[in-house]
Amino acid sequence: MSLDLFFQYLFAGITYGAIYAVVAIGFNIIYNATGIINFAQGEFVMLGGMISISLLPFMPMPLAITAAVAITMAIGALIEILFIRWLESPSVLRMVIITIGISILLRESALHVWGESIRSLPYFYGNEITTFSLGSVHLSPQVLWVIAACSVMVGGLNLFFKSTPIGREMRACAANRTAAILCGINTRNMVTLSFMLSAGIGALAGCVMSPITYTQYDSGTSLAIKGFTVAILGGLGNSMAAVAAGILLGILEAFSVSVVPLAFQDAISITILLIILFVRPHGLFGSSEAARLKDF
Amino acid sequence: MKKRKPLALAALCLLVVCIHLVTILTGSQFYLTQLTMAAYYGLVIIGLGTLMGYAGQISLGHAGFFAIGGYLSASLTTRNLASLQGTWPVKGLDSLHMLKIAQDLSGEQLITVAPWAACCCAVAAAALIALVIGIPVLKLKGHYLAMATLGFGTIIYRILLASPYFGEADGISEVPGFTLLPAMGTFHPIMVSGAANLRVANYYLAWGVLILGMGLLLNLIGSRVGRALRSLHSSEEAAEAAGIDTSRFKLHVFVLSAVYAAIGGVLLTHFNGGIGPSEASVMKSVRYVALVAVGGMTNLWGTLIMGVGLTFLSLRGVFGTFDDAVFGMILIFVMLFAPDGILSLRLQQLRKAIFSGGRP
Repeated sequence: MSLDLFFQYLFAGITYGAIYAVVAIGFNIIYNATGIINFAQGEFVMLGGMISISLLPFMPMPLAITAAVAITMAIGALIEILFIRWLESPSVLRMVIITIGISILLRESALHVWGESIRSLPYFYGNEITTFSLGSVHLSPQVLWVIAACSVMVGGLNLFFKSTPIGREMRACAANRTAAILCGINTRNMVTLSFMLSAGIGALAGCVMSPITYTQYDSGTSLAIKGFTVAILGGLGNSMAAVAAGILLGILEAFSVSVVPLAFQDAISITILLIILFVRPHGLFGSSEAARLKDF
Repeated sequence: MKKRKPLALAALCLLVVCIHLVTILTGSQFYLTQLTMAAYYGLVIIGLGTLMGYAGQISLGHAGFFAIGGYLSASLTTRNLASLQGTWPVKGLDSLHMLKIAQDLSGEQLITVAPWAACCCAVAAAALIALVIGIPVLKLKGHYLAMATLGFGTIIYRILLASPYFGEADGISEVPGFTLLPAMGTFHPIMVSGAANLRVANYYLAWGVLILGMGLLLNLIGSRVGRALRSLHSSEEAAEAAGIDTSRFKLHVFVLSAVYAAIGGVLLTHFNGGIGPSEASVMKSVRYVALVAVGGMTNLWGTLIMGVGLTFLSLRGVFGTFDDAVFGMILIFVMLFAPDGILSLRLQQLRKAIFSGGRP
């Protein structure tokens, strides 16, 4: 493999990895707040892309994307209020099945609203053939948009959780729910907020990735599996590790293309998921002692 | 419970005959085709129901086992082995009389594996894969188990879609019928196939297999193993403390349910004369889980009735383009309002009415 090709694969890997990381952080936010894995996480990404594409004829792109994120956040909140808020300590099996049901409903409604056609947002800058050169590597400007948007989201979330009162309340709720209630935090609202947040970042990721990866009604499922792989790889609940794990998976996947046929690409990330689950279920960066407290 | 079991099975046999009679009287025998297919799906669903309800383990990969069974049997009975003639696997199969040699349309030699041998291979392969996958997977719980089995199902789906041997997106068609009994005197041969003159025979065959499978599972649940499984569902720690080898029991039930799924897959593939990759999709696995949930996790009869009933409606196209959406809705609403299954609702309300004031 020549050096140019190596860098080309590397950047492709980082781009996809950044998206996986954002999906994984979406998983982590809800997992921290509720202990639930939201199987509908990938559908938020799809909804973000689809809604912004539909709004584009009526308004300029930044506004369309903002509106799409806001609408997806509202959908996230609605889902939490309708299906999850009023359940009293449901079993894990029940929650798994409910969120799977929600993902099917979102996917099927998308199928009926937007049909089976593959859509995409236009490139934010230039078009499909616009490239810029980084040394000898040619990249689409959209790659920078994806990486920048994901970095901003990760940084913003970090800031939000560390230094705003609401972010701190959410962390308190994640650390110890009973103690949080005793401190006067409305934990139920925090859960709703966590659904809104992860729907919002998923939708934004869906918008920026749409020009490169395209959006279809069923594009959420494979993203959800990859996002979950990344979340596990980094250690469930640990968002910063998810970024590292996401980029790692993205790069692994990009380089796998040179070894195995493209059709098996999805199988690779799932094989990694299975191996990690069997060997190190607490993730690459997690501690096995902390993991022992969790229910695998 | 013990005395009611043979009675209930007999009632089911009677019901099967009655349905046949009704379709004759109303001239609607075309329903029998979908009822046959629903029975084979029912086999998958009761197998999964035992795993979910009694061993307490979710599997989002059972469409994978169904497809392993169906695809292996289909490919072995249709793919020509003539080019491999003389190599040891073909010779070995030949010496066991497991090959079927015929001529294709252009007169060239067509060597395929006999359906019964292919069926055995397919089911054995599914059992073996379930064993190998089950050992690590069943150590996981909750979300992790769900995701791992979902991942397994997706890998199978991807492999089927990407392998020319398995027909890629087209699947495998023109799968021959599966002869159980050769023609004797004036009787037709008994074979699993979609031919119109064999419709009634196939209907009884499918339901016979399903009732047999159901009887075996009911026996299992009523036995010592069944009690061990139930204790496992309520508390694994307590079961272990009572000296039950929980991981072994879980594994056995996992393999058993995979075998049920594979048998369903093999028979349905020979009945339909083909199989496509959609049978392995995640949505199918989710649908099986939904049907088990609707019937009630620890209620095998409920699972059977709701599973076969809803599958039949879905095969008839009652839900139209909302097919998958209907199953999603069912999944959510059952889990929200009746986590013990639809059939438990009536009983609970009755109980509430009788013991009014008492908390359920």
